[in-house]
Amino acid sequence: MSEYVLEMKDVYKAFPGVIALNHVKLQLRPGTVHALMGENGAGKSTLMKCMFGIYSMDEGEIYIDGQKTEIHNPSEALEKGIAMVHQELQPIPARTIGENIYLGRYPMKKALGFIPVVDHAKMYADAERVLKEVRMNFNPRTKLGELSVSQMQSVEIAKAVSANCRVLILDEPTSSLTQNEVEALFRIIDDLKAKGVAIVYISHKMDEILRISDEVTIMRDGQYIGTWDAKGLTTDFIITKMVGRELTNLYPPRENVPGEVVFEVEDFTSINPKSFRNVSFNVRKSEILGVAGLVGAQRTELMEGIFGIRSKTKGTVKYLGKELTITQPKTAIDNGIAMLTEDRRASGIMGVLSVADNISIASLNHYVDHGIVLNNKKIEELVQENIKTMNTKTPSSKTPIGSLSGGNQQKVLIGRWLANNPDVLILDEPTRGIDVGAKYEIYTIIADLAKQGKSIIMISSEMGELIGMSDRIMVMCDGRVTGFIDGKDATQENIMELATQFEA
Amino acid sequence: MKKVLDYLKGNPIVVMLAVVSIIVGFTTKNFFSWANFGNLMSNTAIRFIIALGVSGCLITKGTDLSAGRQVGLAACLSGILVQRADYTGRLFANLPEFNMFVALIVVIIAGAMFGCMNGLIVSRLKVPPFITTLGTQTIVYGLCLTLTNAQPIGGFRDTYIKLITGRIGSVKGFHLPYLLFVAAFFGLLFWFIYNKTRHGKYMYAIGGNEVAAEVSGVNTKKTTLMIYVTAGIMYAIAGWLLAAKSGGASASMGQGYELEAIAGCTIGGISTTGGIGTVPGVLVGVLVFELLKIVLQFLGVNPYYNYIVQGIVIVTAVALDIRKNIKKK
Repeated sequence: MSEYVLEMKDVYKAFPGVIALNHVKLQLRPGTVHALMGENGAGKSTLMKCMFGIYSMDEGEIYIDGQKTEIHNPSEALEKGIAMVHQELQPIPARTIGENIYLGRYPMKKALGFIPVVDHAKMYADAERVLKEVRMNFNPRTKLGELSVSQMQSVEIAKAVSANCRVLILDEPTSSLTQNEVEALFRIIDDLKAKGVAIVYISHKMDEILRISDEVTIMRDGQYIGTWDAKGLTTDFIITKMVGRELTNLYPPRENVPGEVVFEVEDFTSINPKSFRNVSFNVRKSEILGVAGLVGAQRTELMEGIFGIRSKTKGTVKYLGKELTITQPKTAIDNGIAMLTEDRRASGIMGVLSVADNISIASLNHYVDHGIVLNNKKIEELVQENIKTMNTKTPSSKTPIGSLSGGNQQKVLIGRWLANNPDVLILDEPTRGIDVGAKYEIYTIIADLAKQGKSIIMISSEMGELIGMSDRIMVMCDGRVTGFIDGKDATQENIMELATQFEA
Repeated sequence: MKKVLDYLKGNPIVVMLAVVSIIVGFTTKNFFSWANFGNLMSNTAIRFIIALGVSGCLITKGTDLSAGRQVGLAACLSGILVQRADYTGRLFANLPEFNMFVALIVVIIAGAMFGCMNGLIVSRLKVPPFITTLGTQTIVYGLCLTLTNAQPIGGFRDTYIKLITGRIGSVKGFHLPYLLFVAAFFGLLFWFIYNKTRHGKYMYAIGGNEVAAEVSGVNTKKTTLMIYVTAGIMYAIAGWLLAAKSGGASASMGQGYELEAIAGCTIGGISTTGGIGTVPGVLVGVLVFELLKIVLQFLGVNPYYNYIVQGIVIVTAVALDIRKNIKKK
């Protein structure tokens, strides 16, 4: 018997033009949490996809209990006891929890003795049992779509548990969870550990990693850097190994000096009674206003309301004392407001289009000759300058944006707005899913924009980022503004206190 | 040179058909003839104009199933307006003789109206384009049957027929049909719109990610509406040309043209997932499809089999195209 439940050795995988995994290894002990860390593009997800049979390795071997084996597709992986909860959940919201759990492996019975049909009774009974195992007391006949994101994630984990998995891959499981939900997830992880399951845990959140993992493997640029016992590791050590250089400061120095109030929102109330209501705040020139709150605090909804994506029943938006009528994003943009949306893939990038098209799309009006012809030469100049100032790493301006890393996509999207020279810039989770190095670059850009005199509103779910970057922090809870904290006085504790002020 | 080779590698259907054409050309009589060339050009020209119309819908992840029937309606309307006053089978005996360009304007207005209807339903009511245009297709066919009473329309004035079926050069020698120039004009116009105007960029943006485009300030509703209106106008023009080319019109005219146009666009590289496609691509796609028909005809294949072969080519082309993207994974 091997001491490892699963071992990957010498894994090599190349995509056209890039070596994604260069002779990487991974060794998982039963009953442990093994954190897999690295910047975006380091090859973590690729390695997991190789383990789970989504990608085939060019070279390399997989051993399960010391026995050499091969995994060609996800169903083989499941048979061998490997389960994966994907970074982006892929559930079927219109079907029930039970059906989602047993999708592809429904328990069958014979009707009239010979017609194979799905045994619904057994399926739901089994589903109820595995849901209990992950501490979810839900009716398995509930439609999955009625659950929250975190609950759906628990369903995914229940699915893995129901397959009697011995290796569970969790890819960024907490990226959309609140603190309470994270705690619940950790309890489930502890239960699974006690059962001897080996858990591969991929996350960018250092505090989580240090808290729950037993071993840490770090990768960089497709290379295996090393594996360490998690005890005694420090954030600095991990970041240094991940980035390959010392990162002395997480946040850049800020030289912006907030000026007079320029942007005012008053009594802003959503058409949806459960969403934002009676919200008033203002932003100064050259100020970075952080917006804190738990998931469900309606921060995104509020900003989308201001930007004209969602409807309001009352409330005004003023810039320089002048009231703005915003009915759709176009009118907001015409009034000098820009908004970087939360979900890069859903409402940010146009994946198949080039970097150039993605940068220029919001500012084409400035590049029209004779009322109709676009000046493609000037547009290309704009694009080139933009790529340079944003330090975007792309082979060329013609490269489809979809093939860039998350951090570079985000730079293109910020660049899209800068090309338009807005006065007020709303950034919704500007660094979500971006690696440490690129985060710093984005912070630098934000700080620089504020220094230039732009007013910045930054929604973030990372406390450190809010405290490190904001001049002032507005805290929301359940659709209401519960308070403002000066950036210098902000702590995790006083933010959380305001963020949990639910109405009785 | 490398570019050419890469293109050929990426488009096996085009290569295959070129090879087959050459073989057919050397083994049958008259394949390499000016008459056949002219015929291919004229056929391609009208299909190309229709395909240009559909292309915008496809690039924005939509489709337009009403294309063929709209072509048919435009053909019948044109026919009614340009019938000779002394023609005995005249559908509306009391109608005065209209200038053929008046007929063109009338059909363009009608086409724009149906396009507008499609565009409004798709962009405002958010009915999926497949269903919207399926409905329009049926409505337009019904209107066309009512208008013509299912009677064929003939007896067009010679000036109309001559203008459209005319050519530079003689039929037996080298010649270029006028239709070729019409198609070239629209090809250039669309190339210009797709590459040099905001509307074009907005169209690709909507196909790439409609929500992102809207958030970036693109008036997606207006752009979508314009795309369907333009499409309707293109079908109208194609119908006006087709009636003259055929020397007659009937309600069944244009049936299935939408599928040929969609097939041409797809073979020509307009992605079914939106945001991708070029005017030269559409031209190659349509040309390949028309060439295929002529090759089959020269090979003496039973015309009934033609549909089977065409169907296989369409699916193969798309499968190969999608395969290109799968490989990148």
